[in-house]
Amino acid sequence: MAETRTPLIEMRSISIAFGGIKAVEEASVDLYPGEVVGLLGHNGAGKSTLIKILSGAYRADSGEIHVDGQKAEIASPRDAKAHGIETIYQTLALADNVDAAANIFLGREKLTRWGTLDDAAMESETRKVMARLNPHFRRFNEPVSALSGGQRQSVAIARAIHFNARVLIMDEPTAALGPAETAQVGELVKQLKAEGIGIFLISHDLHDVFELADRIAVMKNGKVVGTARIGDVTRDEVLGMIIGGKCPPGAIPGPGASP
Amino acid sequence: MELLRKLEIDARLIGMLSALAIIWFGFHILSQGAFLTPRNLWNLSVQTSAIAVMACGMVLVIVTRNIDLSVGSVLGFVGMAIGVFQARWLPELWGLENPLTMPATLVFAMLCGGLIGLFHGALIAYLAIPSFIVTLGGLLVWRGAAWWVTTGQTVAPMDGRFRAIGGGIEGAIGANASWVIAIIAILAIVISMLMRRRRRAEFGFSLRPLWAEALVIGLAAASVIAVTLIVNAYPLPPGIARRIIEAQGQVWPQGGVFIPHGFAVPVLIAVLVGVVMTFVAKRMRFGRYVFSIGGNPEAAALSGIKTKAVTMQVFGLMGLLTGLAACITTARLNAATNSAGTLDELYVIAAAVIGGTSLAGGVGTIVGAMLGALIMQSLQSGMVLLGVDTPLQNIVVGIVLVMAIWLDGLYRKRIR
Ligand SMILES: Nc1ncnc2c1ncn2[C@@H]1O[C@H](COP(=O)(O)OP(=O)(O)OP(=O)(O)O)[C@@H](O)[C@H]1O
Ligand SMILES: [Mg+2]
Repeated sequence: MAETRTPLIEMRSISIAFGGIKAVEEASVDLYPGEVVGLLGHNGAGKSTLIKILSGAYRADSGEIHVDGQKAEIASPRDAKAHGIETIYQTLALADNVDAAANIFLGREKLTRWGTLDDAAMESETRKVMARLNPHFRRFNEPVSALSGGQRQSVAIARAIHFNARVLIMDEPTAALGPAETAQVGELVKQLKAEGIGIFLISHDLHDVFELADRIAVMKNGKVVGTARIGDVTRDEVLGMIIGGKCPPGAIPGPGASP
Repeated sequence: MELLRKLEIDARLIGMLSALAIIWFGFHILSQGAFLTPRNLWNLSVQTSAIAVMACGMVLVIVTRNIDLSVGSVLGFVGMAIGVFQARWLPELWGLENPLTMPATLVFAMLCGGLIGLFHGALIAYLAIPSFIVTLGGLLVWRGAAWWVTTGQTVAPMDGRFRAIGGGIEGAIGANASWVIAIIAILAIVISMLMRRRRRAEFGFSLRPLWAEALVIGLAAASVIAVTLIVNAYPLPPGIARRIIEAQGQVWPQGGVFIPHGFAVPVLIAVLVGVVMTFVAKRMRFGRYVFSIGGNPEAAALSGIKTKAVTMQVFGLMGLLTGLAACITTARLNAATNSAGTLDELYVIAAAVIGGTSLAGGVGTIVGAMLGALIMQSLQSGMVLLGVDTPLQNIVVGIVLVMAIWLDGLYRKRIR
């Protein structure tokens, strides 16, 4: 069914090397509207690097990115955002010395009609979006360095969802969250999915991935081992893909599949 | 502490004001009442201006995790360029003592400084050479260049109207103009506070209690009035007052006439720069970018901020303010000398750092840096007043700098 639609995002044969290390090699993944694709792999497999190419943080050495079936040049984070691609980075990428509102609107500040920063309006919207994610959050006027790890993560999530994203990249978004907040992010993912947003979800938590994702893509040593629909593979098979690079029969093998 | 929180006044600022008060009263007592006089305070404020102007720019430089060691030399170079501009170029164009000379010199100096700053910034941002190295090179290059401009010859005197920028008798605006400025300042304070309050009320945010608002406005207005009273209590010297009176066709009375100095032009320039730079830092997008780059350069870049361009502009701004400071210094000395501004970089950095700018980046205020400049200058002037030898002065200033940063570190740890 999915094959008849145009994918929202298609990354084709992406490669990038840092010095001599091939962090990502010939990786291809795609994402359809309203779909959640779980990106799995061991530490250092190249997951973050792959999605950073999509978010404009890195430029691929080779390969193509297609958005809505059209070839897109994503040379900077600005370009990615212009395509509606928003990212929650694994490192959160927050400016510690300014408050939540300043972080959420960083690079996209609201201005008054005199061209000055409209802090009151930004704080007001911040309160609304944070209420949806972390209702106990009160510290709106403090630098984010004063916040807890989970609160910081909420700010990073708020920044990604506030600007009507079409594609959301979540790189271990719940790593620092408590059970209640994690559940809330799970609800959020379902809600955004229902709105037709495509989500790349990177996580080490197979339980979460099996609950939220429609498909998975597994990486090992920079290469894609294989992709599969959630219903077509078992958890043990996925573990085998992550650890051993063995592609089970239910999955479509990639260049990284061991023979 | 509870009271301060209600008033939303920064505890650090209070700390700095207390330090300043201790220094002032200390010197006043030690000098048997010679420090806290209108005359001394007026001169102190004039001497602080050039450093204070540059300190405003240095805050942004340090906030972006950079440093500028070249400001003293750039000041020297631009000062010499001003000398040649006024003594050789402009006279050929429109003669000596033309009313346009002063504004033309200001524009020329800020342009020179700004371009030098942008050049430093480009090397730092686009070629990724550490700012410490680029501006260390600049320190040597521009000091040498300052000598080359006239092969070491001093250029003097400067244009009469231009001299007002440096203070002195020409640069004292008189009592009436001072009151006008005081009233404008008070109105501006009241209006900006009311506007902020209205804006917060629109969104239903918590407001500080009315009494606190009134108290803050009252304190601000009282300080403006106090400062105006002080500068208006410092009379022009009798010889000059007599010339002014006689020029008006009046007779010089037996007991003389009290003509107040009023505010000094360089001080007004410094305060204006402080206000504008605070606005830039707090209310403009550029300032927000500068601070977020200092907080986390990677995050700023991932947010789509053109971090390299912003860094370059910060150095451009630093250069522009250095050009302005060069005007103040040259006008005050009434001469362009190639040694002008020697060691200024250290005073400017010290002022910014004493004022709470963190060398780790991301933290700093313009007000703090200006107060820092005033503290440094107060120490220096006070010691001159007491007849302390120059080497000992340097020793004291050096020790105070190190102690101030140590205390600041302790304070920061405690509020964490
Ligand atoms: N900026 C960089 N410079 C040099 N090497 C890098 C850089 N970023 C990533 N790498 C290397 O690329 C490889 C892939 O890293 P990446 O961060 O993509 O892994 P990951 O799959 O996200 O791992 P984790 O689960 O630990 O987050 C690693 O070997 C890493 O050392
Ligand atoms: Mg990662």
